[in-house]
Amino acid sequence: MPVQLPDINLTLLLPEIFIALAGMALLLLTAWREDQEGRELVANGTIGTIVVAMGLLWFTAHTTRTTTFGGMFTSDSFALYMKMLMCTAALLPLLVSRDYLKRNEIFKGEYQVLSLFALLGGLIMASSGDFLTLYLGLELMSLSIYVLAAFRRDDKRSSEAGLKYFVLGSLASGILLYGITLIYGASGTTTFTDIHAYVSGDLHHHGAIVNLGMILILIGFSFKIAAAPFHMWAPDVYEGAPTSVTAFMAVMPKIAAFAALYRVLLEAFGPLHAEWSPVLQFLAVLSVAVGALAAIAQTNIKRMLAYSSIGHVGYVLIGLSVGSDLGYQAVLVYLAVYIFMNVGAFTLILLLNRDGVGDEISDYQGLAHKRPLLAFLMALFMFSMAGIPPLAGFIGKLYVFMAAVQAGMIKLAIVGILFSAVGAFYYLRVVKRMYFDQPQSDRDFEMEVSIPNRLVMGVTGLFVVIVGIFPEQILTWAKISMSSFQ
Amino acid sequence: MLSLVTFLPLIGGLLIFLAVRDQSDSSASTAKYIALGVSLLTFLLSLRLYVGFDLTTAEFQFLEEVPWLPEQGIVYRMGIDGISLPFVLLTALLTPICILASWESITHRVKEYMIAFLALESFVIGVFCALDFILFYILWEAMLIPMFLLIGVWGGPRRVYAAMKFFLYTLGGSVLMLIAVLALAHKGGTFSIPELMAIPFDFGFQIFIFLGFFVAFSVKVPMWPVHTWLPDAHVEAPTAGSVILAGVLLKMGAYGFLRFSLPMVPDASRYFMPMIFGLSLVAIVYTALVALMQKDLKKLIAYSSVSHMGFVTIGLFAFNQQGVEGGILQMVNHGVVSGALFLLVGVVYDRLHTREIAKFGGLVHRMPVYAVIFMIFTMASVGLPGTNGFVGEFLILLGAFLTNKAVAMVAATGLVLGAAYMLWMFKKVVFGEIQNKAVESITDVNAREVAMFVPLLILVFWMGFYPGPFLEIMHVSVENLVQQATAVKTGVASVAAMAH
Repeated sequence: MPVQLPDINLTLLLPEIFIALAGMALLLLTAWREDQEGRELVANGTIGTIVVAMGLLWFTAHTTRTTTFGGMFTSDSFALYMKMLMCTAALLPLLVSRDYLKRNEIFKGEYQVLSLFALLGGLIMASSGDFLTLYLGLELMSLSIYVLAAFRRDDKRSSEAGLKYFVLGSLASGILLYGITLIYGASGTTTFTDIHAYVSGDLHHHGAIVNLGMILILIGFSFKIAAAPFHMWAPDVYEGAPTSVTAFMAVMPKIAAFAALYRVLLEAFGPLHAEWSPVLQFLAVLSVAVGALAAIAQTNIKRMLAYSSIGHVGYVLIGLSVGSDLGYQAVLVYLAVYIFMNVGAFTLILLLNRDGVGDEISDYQGLAHKRPLLAFLMALFMFSMAGIPPLAGFIGKLYVFMAAVQAGMIKLAIVGILFSAVGAFYYLRVVKRMYFDQPQSDRDFEMEVSIPNRLVMGVTGLFVVIVGIFPEQILTWAKISMSSFQ
Repeated sequence: MLSLVTFLPLIGGLLIFLAVRDQSDSSASTAKYIALGVSLLTFLLSLRLYVGFDLTTAEFQFLEEVPWLPEQGIVYRMGIDGISLPFVLLTALLTPICILASWESITHRVKEYMIAFLALESFVIGVFCALDFILFYILWEAMLIPMFLLIGVWGGPRRVYAAMKFFLYTLGGSVLMLIAVLALAHKGGTFSIPELMAIPFDFGFQIFIFLGFFVAFSVKVPMWPVHTWLPDAHVEAPTAGSVILAGVLLKMGAYGFLRFSLPMVPDASRYFMPMIFGLSLVAIVYTALVALMQKDLKKLIAYSSVSHMGFVTIGLFAFNQQGVEGGILQMVNHGVVSGALFLLVGVVYDRLHTREIAKFGGLVHRMPVYAVIFMIFTMASVGLPGTNGFVGEFLILLGAFLTNKAVAMVAATGLVLGAAYMLWMFKKVVFGEIQNKAVESITDVNAREVAMFVPLLILVFWMGFYPGPFLEIMHVSVENLVQQATAVKTGVASVAAMAH
C-alpha cells in the first residue's frame, strides 16, 4: 500500500520558512565574516528578516481557519495576531539591545541568529494543531533561549542563569511530554481536533487519565510562563541573564506559550473547561499573590520585573480561566499591552545600565532631575504596569476583571484586584526613587540615546498612552482573532 | 462645552510641556503665566455653565455623548446637574487661587509643578462631570498620579511617606469600587450612570454594591477610622496641594455617596444609615478632640476637615431635603473656608518656615490685614451666623434632627468643640505678645496674597447672608435625589423572595 501523503500547502508556512532560511544564511555569514562589519551586517539582516516575515505574515495569512500537514499546522486570524505580537516582541528588544551588547562585548552574530530561531519556535507553537508540532516549536524556542541566557559565558551569573533555566526548562518539557503521552494513551491521537472529539464523547474509565494528562500539560506550561508555584527559576534567570536577553525572554516566549496554551485549552480540551478552569484559577491567585508580595522585597529592578511578570501572568490566567469570549479577548489585549510596557521598561533599563551600575532600583535615584524625559517614560511604564488609568495597563486589567465579574467569578476578581493594589506599591517605589530622591553626586546620567532607542521608546510610550485612551482598535483585533475558535 | 471646561487645563499643561523647554527663571515664569491664564479661562468658561444652567429641571444638562467602546456599551458621556455643578465651579475657582499661592513658594521644577496641577484640575472636574461609570473610574484614579507627584516632589520633609500613604490608601479603596461598578453594570446592562439610577436591584446585591462603594468613598471623604492618610498628606503637601486636597478632593468621596450610593442602592443606603451616622459622630467628636491637641497648624486644620466632613456625611444620610442640601452647601463652604485657612497657613509659612503654633503669637501687631482675614475665616469655620459656615451646619442639623434627634444632639457638640479649637488656635497665633524674634520683622500680606483671598471672602459673606442662589442651583436635583433615595427600590424578584 503506498504511503498516502497528506495535502501540503507550503504557502501557509511562508513566514516560518523564510525565517528558517534567512536564519541559516545569517549563521553562515557569521562564520564567514567575524569582523565588526560582519556582525553589524548580521544584526541588520536579523532585523530585516523579522520585518519581512511580518510583511509575509500579513499578506499570506488566512483569516479563515486553514490547516495543512494533516491538521498539524493551523493558520487563522488568531495565529496572525499572536505571530504579529511575537514578531514585535522579538523585534523591539533586538532594536534596542545593540548598544548594550557592544558595551558588554557580546555583540556577536550568534546572538541575533539564536533570537531568530527562538522566534521561529514561537511562531510554530502559535500555529500548532498537534502536540508534536507544539513540542517541536517549544523545544526550538526553549533551547535557543537557554543558550541566550548563558551568552555572557565568562560571567558566572549568566552561566548559572542559563544552566538553571535549562535544567528547570527540561524538567518542564519532560512533564509536558508525560502529559502528552497520557493523553495519547487514552485517546490514541495527538491532534487537537481529534482530542477534542474524543473528550467531547463519553470518556468511560479514561476520565482520570485524561485529567492527569491535562494537569501535567498545564504544569509544563506553568513552568514556561512562570506561573506560581512554578516560578522559582524566573527571578534568578531574569537577574543573571544579560539584560537584553531578559528583555527578550520576558515577552516573546510568554506570548508563544500563551498562544500554545490557547490552542491546547480551546482546541483540544475545550469541552473540559469545568476541569481546567479551577486549576487555572488556583495558579492565577497564587501568581498574583506571589507577584505582588515577593516583589516588594526586591531591590534589583530585573528581579522586581520578574515578579511583576509573574503577577501579570496571574491576571492573564484569570482572564483565561473565565472561559468566556470576553475573557479570551481580554487576555489577547492584555498580552499586547504587556509586551509594550515591558519592552519600554527594559529599553530604559538597558539604556541606564553602565559599567554594572543600573540594575539596582536605587541606581535610578534622582533620574528625574537629570533626565526628565527618561524618568517620565519610566514612570509611565510603571504606572501602566500598576494598572493606573488612563494608561494601557488599566485597559488590560479592566477587561480581565470585567470578564471575571460577568462570569460570576466575583471572589476571584476581588482577590485579583486587591493584589493589584498591593502591587502598586513596588511600581511606585521606582517612581519615588526617580522623582522624590535627590540625585547622587557621582551619577550624571550622561549618555547618547541612539535612534533605534528613541524610536522604540517613542513607540512603546505612545502605545501605552494611546491604547489607554483609545483601546477600541486593539480590542477589535483581539475579537476578530478570537473568532478563529468558533 | 463641558469637555472644553474639563480638558482645557490638560491642554494648557500640554502647552507648557511643549512651550517651556528649560529650567531657567524666565521659562519658569512663562509656565506660571500660562498656568494662571489657562486656569482663569477655565473658571470663566465654567461660569458660562452656571449662566446657561436650567434651574427648573433635575435632568442632566450640557450632555455630550460619544461612543467609546461600543462593544461593552462604554460611552464618553458627560453632563452635569444641580449636584455636580457646585463642585465644578468650586474646582474651577480654587485652581487659579492655588496657582497664585504657588507663585513664590514653588521654586524648583516650576514647569512640572504647573503641568501636574493643571492635569489634576482636569481630572477632578472630569470626575464631577462623568456620566459613564468607566469614564468616572478612569478619571477618579487618574487624579492620583498628579497628586502623588505634587506631594512627593514639592512636599515637606516626610513627603515620601505621605505621598505613598495617600496613593496606597486611596488606590486600595478604589479598586473594590471597580468590582462593584463592573457588577452593577453587568446586572444593570449599562455603564450609563443616569440609566443605572432607574434600575431596581435586589437587596442582597445592593448591600454588596454599597460596601464596594463605601470602601472607596469613605477613604476619600475621609471617614473615621480610615482618615489617617489625611493629616499626613496635608502636612507634607505644598500649600496649594493642601488647598486643593481639602477644597475639592475630599468632596469627591461625598459626591460619590450622593451620585451613586443614595440613588442607585437606596435600600442598602438606608440599611447602613446607622453605621454612617455612628462613624460620622465618632469623626466629629473624636477628631475635634484630636484637633485640640495639635501643635502643628496644618495638622489642626486637617483634623478639623475630618470633623467637618463628618457633618457632611450626616447631612447626606439624613435622607431629606434639608440634610442633603446642607451637606452639599457645607462641602462648598468647607472648600472655601478650609482652602482659605490652608492659604493663610501658607502665607506665614512662606515667611517664617514653620507651622508650629507655639512659634507664632502676636502676628496682629505686624500683620493687621492678615489678622482680619484670618479672623473672618476662623469665624466662618466655627459657623458664626452671617458667614457661610452657619447656613450649612444649620441645614445639616435641621435635617439630622428630622431623621434622628439623638444624632443631631451629639453632632451639635461638635460645633462647640470646633469653636474651642479654632478660637484657641486663633488666639495663640494672632494675639498675645510677640515671642518669636522672627515675627518682629514679618511683613503683611502683599497684593498677590490679597488677590487670593478676595474671591473667597466674598463667598463667605455672600453665602452667609444670601445663600438663595447657591441653594437654587441644587434644589430641584436634590429634590429628585431625595425622592430616589427614599423610594423602595428592591426588585420584583426579591419582593417575591421575601414573600416566600
